[in-house]
Amino acid sequence: MTGEKTEFKWVGTRAIRPDGHDKVTGRAKFGSDFALPGMLQGRVLRSPHAHARIRSIDTSAAEALPGVKGVITSADFADQPAELAAAGEALVNYRDMVRNVMAREKVLYDGHAVAAVAATSAEIAEAALELISVDYEVLDHVIDVDLAMEPGAPILDEELEPAGMEASGPTNIAKRVDFDLGDVEEGFAKAEVVLERSYTTAAVHQGYIEPHAAVASVSEDGQAQIWCCTQGQFMVRAYTARLCGMETSQIRVTPSEIGGGFGGKTVVYLEPLATALSRKTGRPVKMIMSREEVFRASGPTSAGSMTYRIGATRNGVITAFEGTIRLEAGAFPGSPVQPACMCAVAPYDIKNVRLTGYDVVVNRPKVAAYRAPGAPISAFGAESIIDELAKELGFDPLQLRLKNAAKQGTKAAYGPTFRRIGYEETVEQAIASEHYSAPLGPNQGRGVASGFWFNIGGESAATVNINEDGTAVVVSGNPDIGGSRASLALMAAEELGIDYTKVRPIIGDTSSVGYNFLTGGSRVTFATGLAVVEAARDAVRQMCERAAKIWEVESDGVIWRDGHAVPASSNVGDFEPLSLADIAAQSPKTGGPICGHNAQNVQGAGPGFATHICDVEVDPETGRVTILRYTAVQDVGRAIHPSYVEGQIQGGAVQGIGWALNEEYIYNERGQLENPGFLDYRIPVASDLPMIETVVVEVPNDRHPYGVRGVGEVPIVPPMAAVANAIENATGVRMEHLPMSPPRLLAALDAARLPEAAE
Amino acid sequence: MQSVQFEAPGTVEQAVALLAGATGDARVLAGGTDLLVQLRSHMVDPALVVDIKHIEETRTLVRNADGSYTIGSAVAGAEAHEHDRFAAEWPGVMESWDLIGSTQIQGRASLGGNLCNASPAADSVPAMIAAGMTANIAGPGGRRTVPVEDIPVAPGRTSLANGEFVVSFNLPARPAGGGDAYLRLIPRTEMDIAVVGCGVALVLDAGGIVTSARVSLGAVAPTVLLVEDAARAIVGTRLDDDALAALDAACQAACSPINDKRGTIVYRTQVAGVLARRAARIAAERAGSR
Ligand SMILES: Cc1cc2nc3c(=O)[nH]c(=O)nc-3n(C[C@H](O)[C@H](O)[C@H](O)COP(=O)(O)OP(=O)(O)OC[C@H]3O[C@@H](n4cnc5c(N)ncnc54)[C@H](O)[C@@H]3O)c2cc1C
Repeated sequence: MTGEKTEFKWVGTRAIRPDGHDKVTGRAKFGSDFALPGMLQGRVLRSPHAHARIRSIDTSAAEALPGVKGVITSADFADQPAELAAAGEALVNYRDMVRNVMAREKVLYDGHAVAAVAATSAEIAEAALELISVDYEVLDHVIDVDLAMEPGAPILDEELEPAGMEASGPTNIAKRVDFDLGDVEEGFAKAEVVLERSYTTAAVHQGYIEPHAAVASVSEDGQAQIWCCTQGQFMVRAYTARLCGMETSQIRVTPSEIGGGFGGKTVVYLEPLATALSRKTGRPVKMIMSREEVFRASGPTSAGSMTYRIGATRNGVITAFEGTIRLEAGAFPGSPVQPACMCAVAPYDIKNVRLTGYDVVVNRPKVAAYRAPGAPISAFGAESIIDELAKELGFDPLQLRLKNAAKQGTKAAYGPTFRRIGYEETVEQAIASEHYSAPLGPNQGRGVASGFWFNIGGESAATVNINEDGTAVVVSGNPDIGGSRASLALMAAEELGIDYTKVRPIIGDTSSVGYNFLTGGSRVTFATGLAVVEAARDAVRQMCERAAKIWEVESDGVIWRDGHAVPASSNVGDFEPLSLADIAAQSPKTGGPICGHNAQNVQGAGPGFATHICDVEVDPETGRVTILRYTAVQDVGRAIHPSYVEGQIQGGAVQGIGWALNEEYIYNERGQLENPGFLDYRIPVASDLPMIETVVVEVPNDRHPYGVRGVGEVPIVPPMAAVANAIENATGVRMEHLPMSPPRLLAALDAARLPEAAE
Repeated sequence: MQSVQFEAPGTVEQAVALLAGATGDARVLAGGTDLLVQLRSHMVDPALVVDIKHIEETRTLVRNADGSYTIGSAVAGAEAHEHDRFAAEWPGVMESWDLIGSTQIQGRASLGGNLCNASPAADSVPAMIAAGMTANIAGPGGRRTVPVEDIPVAPGRTSLANGEFVVSFNLPARPAGGGDAYLRLIPRTEMDIAVVGCGVALVLDAGGIVTSARVSLGAVAPTVLLVEDAARAIVGTRLDDDALAALDAACQAACSPINDKRGTIVYRTQVAGVLARRAARIAAERAGSR
């Protein structure tokens, strides 16, 4: 292990998670578990067309059905101006958002919401949907990014004006981004080997187990409460307030336990509809998506298409990298093409890089964040072409990576100069692993790939309340999707010097804790963790002051050690240490409640890097791929709770393997989704996979008190190329398109065999 | 959804009377692993559901004195494992049954349900056809017995007449030198629908020559196929490379699949040949090992 080793009592232990008991007994309340007296059931009417103009909507028959209490359409939402508002990893445009939650002039994808009904039962609401008649003018559609960029392609939005480029007439290109470092022409001039390749990746869904669900209740005085499963209660509040024309203070959002999100719950779908229906009917309204709706209408991540050129000297120095990356945004602008460009070759110290990205609208659901948005797409191509380069140069693929590894002081193509990072360590550990030199059998192959993700900080607020019996409550504001409550409690226990079991972490609603940016960007243990640490330190400072009062000494004469206030030195006096519990018990007499607070916009996120090794066996007659062994090496900064760190790494790797092998959206010629369910949208099942082995590297982030970097996103970046590289190693066939499903791989194997047979 | 009349009769006669007397759509309920899913997703909307699991004959699996088996149509795969000889004598039928769903599904899923759901991709059906199984049907006109391959007529449709249901199956005694096998291709390892399935049952003589064979393919045509040309390709051979190539070609020739979300015409056709070769080898190994 690199980095300085510090001794901790709680940080780094595998404590039982505070939410564990309720989850294994079924007591935990998820989105659809919430109910209120008098509650109505809401259902959404969705477009059967990929692209159509809405001529008119007649809801009168639905409204007349007994039991129906209210019907809404886009007429119930005020239009919004086209303006970009920052929302962490993405920018949001409320003009688009109001159209995505409820179609206005046009429907833009199969599954696009066009109306919603609230009724006294789900059956009545469903029957009412059938009574709504929508007059559509069906238009030509386009669902492929390359086709959408061609002249003459059906245009989704006639008014779309691309950013970052000139357009001559209507276009589906929403934005062009450019990144330049050094001089690529010069770089290619120095190169002795140049490769150029094209790759495509399929759109994939986050595949969370829990479908979207929300209950909204608007009172007569206009105050609203929303209970929902989300990655960000403050995000739901902000978006719903805006779309429903309410003030932020009128809405209180309480997040439920969350059955997975992976980025897909960083947007709103049902919440504004349930709120509008509740306001219209005067009753609480519950809305739940079916799995089919989740697939048809909630965010996948982009499909991508890219062309790369790489140049290197014979001795293995990559001198230039150039690429164009085209990502599908779905029905509205906003694909993660910018991070895709920024992450593509971030693990490498390449002096000359030029990357151009295009954000392209197509007739599919608007994309939502998915673990390291954009990075897995661009890295699939980059890590594939680097593998080919290694073969061409006669280099071991990890040695080539090591030779070109980014390190402290490297200027990344996307701008910053790296501080201390742990990329080299991940490659070294992979090379040193027993896995990397283990023997392989016939039809088996091994592939490696690396990945990068920024990790982010952001607005974070936390409170640490010291209870009168010497226990503590940590209140923070991020839904816990990966075990973050346990990590926050561990850090608080470490700071306060009390037992982990005496610290109770809870997630506050929007009215009971300061603003927190949503759970995403691998930020919670890092950034909210920092706020918790600072809040605990604030409480400690207050407790030292109370001890000083009791001892009648200056407050700087007291320090905190092992959960006790002690005199800073013998000069201060000879006092028995006061425990946290002692101070808490005396707090009414010494100044009242002890509440530590911290709120800040956390900076200093530590970049994360990973290197994965994958072994496959390919059935040469059927094209089926079996993952035999998989090792993921990752620099996490510091593993606050190693089990959840390993769990994140394993989960990311598994989702990447699914993306590599079988996951894809299958559309028919009318642009309707044919596989909106887990039977035919094939995420891996447990029996498909070996145990994912993890190697946790700890190169501490010097801008976090415990060295945390963030863990959850990096592990989904390398797998697709690792699998493709392993397949190439096993068969000699290079797969440049995802997914590498059995029919596609068999066709590629057959195509490669034909010339052989002819010889 | 309209309200459903639910009945659980104790005898074959009562069940037939209920089914024959139904005014709307009537459905037999065995394990329910297809029917309940279809009810909940509004694919079917029956007026009457008749649970046949209270009828003794549908729930028993017995080995008869001559070594043949009578298998109740509603017996679950997990229950078949409890029989001391069945899985060892007909490993191909058993493995096809074991491939249905997961542990939970196998506690319910029946051969009758798998057959009468009439999916061309039903896993146990090619194995049943290869093994030469027949179905005992009860109906208003009395009882009749037909080969399994005669029951499905199109995706989701069977040749059962109004009021009829399958009570049990007959599985012949395993011949000396006999062996069977079932293989399917799915992109994953479980919880998936066969892209292609292939059942092979064959008999070897003492010299290792195939004396009789039955080959059946699933998911490559509107119904599960009994491919007689494929059997002819291997009868009289030692399953040498030429024979296996002929088997492969005969199976490919029999395929008339569709392009859909689960597989392409080319892929299904090609893999049908591959699975047939592999299943034939496994069946022969099993035949030889006894
Ligand atoms: C999660 C899951 C995974 C699955 N995986 C597979 C798989 O891998 N392979 C596979 O082949 N199938 C699979 N299935 C489908 C299903 O489990 C099988 O088809 C099973 O064998 C059906 O048997 P059952 O007893 O549950 O039938 P039921 O659902 O009770 O009945 C199915 C149909 O047959 C009719 N029927 C049932 N019994 C009779 C009878 N005796 N006479 C006349 N009609 C009858 C019913 O009316 C109904 O239409 C899966 C299902 C689920 C839910």
